[in-house]
Parts: sequence; structure tokens; C-alpha cells
Amino acid sequence: MLRSDRRGRRRGGASRVGVAAVAWTALLATAACGGTTRDENAEPEDRGGPTGEADPDAPLRDDLVVAFLPKQVNNPYFTVADGGGETAVGEFGGEYKESGPTEASASSQVSHVNTLSQQGTDVIALAANDPNAVCGALDSARDAGARVVTFDSDTNPGCRDLFVNQATAEDIARTQVELIAEQIGGEGEVAILSATPNATNQNAWIALMEEELAAPEYADIELVTVAYGNDEDEKSFQETQGLLRSYPDLAGIISPTTVGLAAAARYLSGSEFQGEVALTGLGTPNQMREYVHDGTVESFALWDPAELGYLAAYAGAALASGQITGAEGETFTAGELGDYTIGADGVVVLGPPTVFEEGNVDDYDF
Amino acid sequence: MAHDSLYASPQRRPGAGRGRRRTAWVPRRWDAALVSALLLVVLGSALLVDGFATGRNAQFLLLDAVAIGLVALPMTLVVITGEIDLSVASTLGLCSAVMGQLWLSGWPLELVVVAAVALGAVLGAVNGVFVTAFGLPSLAVTIGTLAAYRGLAFVVLGDQAVADFPGDWTSAAVETAPGGALPWAMVGTALLAVAFGVVLHATPFGRELYAIGSNAEAARFSGIPVARRKFWLFVVCGAVSGLAGVYWTLRYASARADNGEGLELAVVAAVLLGGVSIFGGRGTLAGVCAGVLLLGVLRNALQLADVAADTLDIVTGSLLIVSVVVPNAVAMARARLARKDRHEGTHERKFG
Repeated sequence: MLRSDRRGRRRGGASRVGVAAVAWTALLATAACGGTTRDENAEPEDRGGPTGEADPDAPLRDDLVVAFLPKQVNNPYFTVADGGGETAVGEFGGEYKESGPTEASASSQVSHVNTLSQQGTDVIALAANDPNAVCGALDSARDAGARVVTFDSDTNPGCRDLFVNQATAEDIARTQVELIAEQIGGEGEVAILSATPNATNQNAWIALMEEELAAPEYADIELVTVAYGNDEDEKSFQETQGLLRSYPDLAGIISPTTVGLAAAARYLSGSEFQGEVALTGLGTPNQMREYVHDGTVESFALWDPAELGYLAAYAGAALASGQITGAEGETFTAGELGDYTIGADGVVVLGPPTVFEEGNVDDYDF
Repeated sequence: MAHDSLYASPQRRPGAGRGRRRTAWVPRRWDAALVSALLLVVLGSALLVDGFATGRNAQFLLLDAVAIGLVALPMTLVVITGEIDLSVASTLGLCSAVMGQLWLSGWPLELVVVAAVALGAVLGAVNGVFVTAFGLPSLAVTIGTLAAYRGLAFVVLGDQAVADFPGDWTSAAVETAPGGALPWAMVGTALLAVAFGVVLHATPFGRELYAIGSNAEAARFSGIPVARRKFWLFVVCGAVSGLAGVYWTLRYASARADNGEGLELAVVAAVLLGGVSIFGGRGTLAGVCAGVLLLGVLRNALQLADVAADTLDIVTGSLLIVSVVVPNAVAMARARLARKDRHEGTHERKFG
């Protein structure tokens, strides 16, 4: 097997390495006897809910250091979201900074959280790459006095003070069903072009859309299939083509993923179905602008990331100023967005998604 | 000269025994220089960067260095023999994913840990077989397994994360020795580093690795079982990567298929910065340890000083290039000088 070896004289050295590896493994095995299994280890510990008294009349402090920690720097979506945060910090007069990893991996945000905490940051606004990986670092940052607001992507509720949710899954599903119903005149066959078959968000939205479509006012709309473009441009493009071939009577397509929506729009705009088959879903104005202008897409939806960052900054400032503690039912004012009430589990919802159409698509840049 | 031309360095030719002694000061001087640089950077950061010189920051910094430090140890040995293992981060990821899956299916965590390390060893053995039994270049083999192991990790766990590991295990991964600055994980890594250092620098086995890296052909003729040595190094490299996968999973309390993505480059960077020649045959473990810490300290201090992540990558990259260029340039200049001396004495024909 092992070529050109002279077994024998030198054998001792090689097997020593093997022995060391085995010994090291055995050491680990014996290090902790007892057998910790998943079943005995039921509940993850919770740090408990918000503590302390809220003073709704406390003024917003103007000396706060507010740091935005996106999933990844140089990502256009988060650049816009963080920009919204910067606007808000400018309004209440604190110091804004952005710090984040160059690659959006689970663990890459940990050292940034640690750094921010070490710098004595008052508010950390975080879009988490993984709900658990940052938890230890966030706990330690909160022990050191930082208030943590997550936005866009939450961590485990126990690891942060508030989560600013872009829109509830119900709102997202409802908006898309409303848009497609309007565009196909309330009757006909529709299909969904999703991302991957196991994408949690996508499946939650699809289930809610199915529920929504079961309502009496949508009785004439039939959901014929769900196709998966795997969030790849080319695959989504081909799947769109396939849908139109398999379902000649298709009236509309909903694509609740930005990649899928843009690919489907590109296919439709170059096909005989342009303007015949309706298309809507979740997309960004920059990707969809040309298809709105050329008549392929009437309207689509997404939240405005700038508003999301703006709200997250105000929520963090309200926490750090003592206006709120993060408990359900407390209210605070987020500048020009108005008043918000904290929901269950410390969640603040930005509001229903923004609908983009011919009239307003040019007002956004993300 | 038909041997391993991909890795052969220009100044290491058959019969260059005197040449080796002449340039032997380079690695020694390089690792000494690196340790001084490390001390300087630590001192400078402590004076200039707010929040650097605290026990808490030391804990953060050292925790970030553990995974890279662990994998850098066997990687040093592999690179010294003139090979490379680029699949270490994917091995880490696959071991992490399998760890998550086994935990989900109800295995006791102690056994899961052993299984993850054993799996790492098996994955390393696969690399070893391809490199030694089939005689393929390790660069190509491990680029292949880099992709394959990562792919397998996604097959095992998909894009889900397993996070419900027991709290006392996950907090043990970040716990510090009394004093609050030195994580136990780093103590373990340091002990392992001492073990690797002893093997590399104080045993016949270690000297054989240098011989293999300097000239595999000559090493084979002098009775060193080259293929077997290399095979076992790949096994150890895989096992330690598996161990790093266990640590990673517990530290971030998250078993994921994409854990440690890109870590192989950080490890190779630390090894090369540590003065190990990519062509094999040269380098010390002390240098590599200094390299790991220097990169960690720089990253931490620059981040604390609000240097953007992209700039940070540029700094790290530049440092790496300097670390490869300087020792080679010095060695080449030395070699040329020496040749000139010799040639002047014997009136041999001069080149260039």
C-alpha cells in the first residue's frame, strides 16, 4: 500500500505518531466519564426577561456610541440599513460606527462583538449570521454594559434586548398574495418560485401564502406548484421557463426571493409572456427597476432597509437612555417613523412591507 | 533533480550540505525576529490602543487564536516535509457537522467528541493515501478534498445549525484560568505545541521530517520511510483539525456545515509567517507560534483601533508576502555572495 517504505528499523517513529493520536483521543474519552446526552440536557438556560424600571419620559441621551454590526460589510443591503442607522444617530446626536466581517459566516461576528464591547460601545445593533454563535460574546458585552438590538436576523431571544423585525411572516405572505391577486384580476393559476426546498424563511412564507389563498376571496386562484431555483440565477431562470411550459394557463408567479424574482423577470421580459403572465414577489428596487419600467413587473414588495436600520438605532437609544427596558407593551418614539410598541419576546415590527411600483421605484437605491 | 520539482527551492540542491549550514541561521534569526516583532506589537498596542491591555481583551484575543494555533501545529510538520494540507478547514467543518448530527441522534457528547477526532484522522488518512500511495501532489489532492469535505458537511447537516449543546461544555470552551486572561483552551493548545515542538526539534523523527523536506530522494536512499512519515503526518493533521472542529463547535455553541470556512488560509499564513519554507526543509515551531500570535494580536489591535475589516485583510496579506520574500531574498543574496567568493578563488566560469 504505502509505496517505497522500508518497514522495520524506522518503524518506531511512525507508530509513535499513531500512538500519540490514539492516546490523545483516549484522553478525551476518559476526560469526562458519565455520558452527557441530548435528552438529559433539556432546556437551554435563559438569562431571564428585562429587568429594571423603564422611565418613558427620560430624554434620549445625546452621548451614545451606537455601533452597527452587519452580517457582512460591503453588502449593499446592509450598507443601506446601516446608513439608516447613521441618519438616526445623527438626529439624536451620538457617535455612529460600523464594524463587521468581510465574510458572512457564523463565527466571524464574534470578534467584532468582543471588540465593540471592549471599546465600551453603548448600543450594538446586530444582524446575526447565526442565532447562537454570537450569544456568548453578546452576553459578555451586555454584562459590560452594552444594550443589544438585533435587526434583520435575530439571535436567540435570551441574548439580546430587542429584535427589530422587518415585517412579520404574515405581513410578507399577505402582501404578496394581495399583489398577485390584484395583478391577475382575482382568478387563475399561480405558481411560486422559491429558493431552496429547505430554506426556513421561504417555507414559512409559502405555508402562510397557502393559508391566505384558502380564504374565500381567493377562491378562484389556484396554486398549482412550487418550483425551486435554489437562489441561483441560472437555475431560477430555467425553472421559470419550465413553469411556463408545464402550465400553459399560468396567470402569475410569486417569487419570495430576490434572486428568483430578478431571474424570473429577466426571463419574462425576453419572452412572449411579457405582460401576459404577472410576476411579483420580494425584490430590491435596483435589481427590479428595468423590469418595472419595461412593463414586465407591475409591483413587488420588500421592506426598506434604511427604515429598518433607523428604527434599530432609535430602539437601541431608547434602551440605553432608560426609556424602555425591552419588556412587552412598552412604547418609544423612533424619530419620523413615529411610535412603536414592543411585542412579545422583545420584538418590534417595522410594519408591512413597502410596495414598489412605477411611481416610487426610482426613489430607492438598494 | 527529478524529485518534487514543484517544491524544490533553488538553493537546495544535491550536495549542498555546506550550503545548508551556511543558510541555517535564516530560520533561527527569522523566528527570533518574529518573537521580537510580537513583543513590540504587543507593547505598542498596549501603549497606543485603548482597551488593548486588559485581561478581558487578552481572553478574546487568545480565544480567537486557539483554532488557528491548533491546526498550525501539524500543518507546520506537513509543510516542513514539503507537502501542504489545504483541506484542514473543511475537515474542521465536516467534523463539526457530524458532531451536530450525532448529538442530535442522541449519542453521549463524550463519544461524539471522540468520534469527531477519529473522523478527522480518517479524513486525513484519505489525503495521506492519495499523496503517498498514489504519489499525487498534496496541493492538488487537498484542494480536491477541501471542496469534497465541505460538500459532505452540507450533505450531513444541510444549512441547519445544531446549538443545544450543554452549557457547561460550551462555557468550558471559553473559560479562563484564574486571573481571567488565559483561556484553558489556550493552555491546552500551548501544551500540545510543546509536544509538537519536542517531536520536531528533539527527536530523530523530527530530524527525518527536515531531511524529507530538504530532499525526499536523498532521504529515501538514506533509509527514511518517506511515504509512511508523510502518511502519518496527514493523519495527525486531520485528527487535530477534527479536534479544532470540536473546539470550534463548543466555542460558538453551534455545529454548522460552514464552520471554519476559509480557516486554511489563516493557518497557512501563520505557518509561512512563522518562517516555515513552503518548499519544505526549513522552519521552527516557535516561529509558527509567534506567527499565530502576531497575526492574532495585529488583528485584535487594529480592530480595536477601528480599522476596517478590508484594510485589515490587506495588512495581513502584505505581512505574509513580506514574510516569504525577506528570508528568501536574504538566503539568495547569501548564496550568491558565497558562490562569488568561491568562484573568485578557483577561477571557475562565472554565470551572470
